[in-house]
Amino acid sequence: MSLDRRRFLTISAATFSGTLLAACNKNPRGADKLLDLAESANESIERSIFRHDSMDRVPASAKVAGKDFPKYFISETVPMWDTAARGEWRLEVSGAVRRPVSLSLEALTKLPRVTQKVDHFCVEGWNARAVWSGVRVSDLARLVEPTADAQYVDFGGFDKGYHESWDMESAMHPATLVAYGMDGRMLSPAHGAPARVHSPVKLGYKNAKYLTRVVFMPARNGGYWSDQGYEWFGGT
Amino acid sequence: MSDLVKRNHWVIRVTHWVNVVAIVIMTGSGLRIFNAHPSFGRPGETFPLNPWEGQAVPAWLTFGGWLGGARHWHFAMMWLLLANALVYLGFLFLHGEWRHIAPRRGDARDALEMIKFYLFVRRDHPHQGKHNALQKSTYFAMPVLGVIIVLSGLAIWKPVTLGFITALFVNYKWARFVHFASMAVLLLLAVVHVFMVFAVDPYSLRSMVTGWYDRARSPQARNARPFYHLFGPGKQAPGRSEDSQS
Repeated sequence: MSLDRRRFLTISAATFSGTLLAACNKNPRGADKLLDLAESANESIERSIFRHDSMDRVPASAKVAGKDFPKYFISETVPMWDTAARGEWRLEVSGAVRRPVSLSLEALTKLPRVTQKVDHFCVEGWNARAVWSGVRVSDLARLVEPTADAQYVDFGGFDKGYHESWDMESAMHPATLVAYGMDGRMLSPAHGAPARVHSPVKLGYKNAKYLTRVVFMPARNGGYWSDQGYEWFGGT
Repeated sequence: MSDLVKRNHWVIRVTHWVNVVAIVIMTGSGLRIFNAHPSFGRPGETFPLNPWEGQAVPAWLTFGGWLGGARHWHFAMMWLLLANALVYLGFLFLHGEWRHIAPRRGDARDALEMIKFYLFVRRDHPHQGKHNALQKSTYFAMPVLGVIIVLSGLAIWKPVTLGFITALFVNYKWARFVHFASMAVLLLLAVVHVFMVFAVDPYSLRSMVTGWYDRARSPQARNARPFYHLFGPGKQAPGRSEDSQS
């Protein structure tokens, strides 16, 4: 009787404290395969429930973050387009498309403009509101006519090698913009000037700044943060 | 002197221990995710409800190593936690065992009597069924909190695709706060639960491992308060009554 009791106490206490100790700021690598499996299963679920009519709804009266909107880039200093060295900035929309285009900022601003107050969801857990103006990526797609094998879109720019590839459905969401305006002004260099991707349907790190190319592709192309172990899908 | 009964069905025992593992990993990885931005206010905002705004939790309480790793653990383990919870709740429903935890009239009075007993205001242990009134409300509150945690978790995982769930909590910011606060309450209840197991009814550990429970050593039989009559044999064995549960 008492032997049993002691044994059970010991086993239970050992199990419990063992589980707790295992939790100490560790990331056991043995489970990597299982976690990869869970990530791809989650991605299928996320893609199957994704809808173009599910929108991020921010009340019209909501305040924008303004100067408190976090600024972020991977270069040592704020990336600025150097016209003298590189010529006029242009956005190349190309890849698996019938009519690739190269758009000047002026040409971009002449395309149908969308202005929306939406959330920016950061992987860290915060969200910030801003009013973004720009062109829907789906409108750019109409312009270049992607071929049937175009299943992914890679967004890249001049912030070192920063780029992130997206699934076609998320890129074609009506709230996914190539944005050149923020809070009623032209985009500032700190926020990705002259143009950047902005969409509430993806986490912040998928929203590439300092954009120079939108490439439609038959296969995914990873991304700056996805290659470092964050989820490639990164959807909201 | 012993009065052995099978107290916990194997489904209850297995889901209990799976829950321990899943909740430890979920809270550890959740706290690591929280530490990437240990505030509830949006950038530039204050959040008076949280007196520790901006303060990270100690790293030793976290799991996953880094933000990306913790997210992978969190989004994998959530399925185990959910599946386990569904098995447990399904079992409770099918076997009628929800009756042991469902709130009933008189629970508040019974809980007050338990508190009086623990505070030495009352001498004898109140009569109880499988659980005393304080346990009962705790074991009922835990799955309720679980539902809130799962819903608020979905709300911050998919604030656009599942925006209608996010709207239940006003918006993303509040859903994130509810997710954290309900986790904190659940964790507090779990810590008290573990403390009470060792301080009042260590015999219940056996019933959660093998299923067997000696009713002659129940807290009521031992008249046990925290650290009082911890291992003492029961003075009076309770008669066959609603105490016996299988």
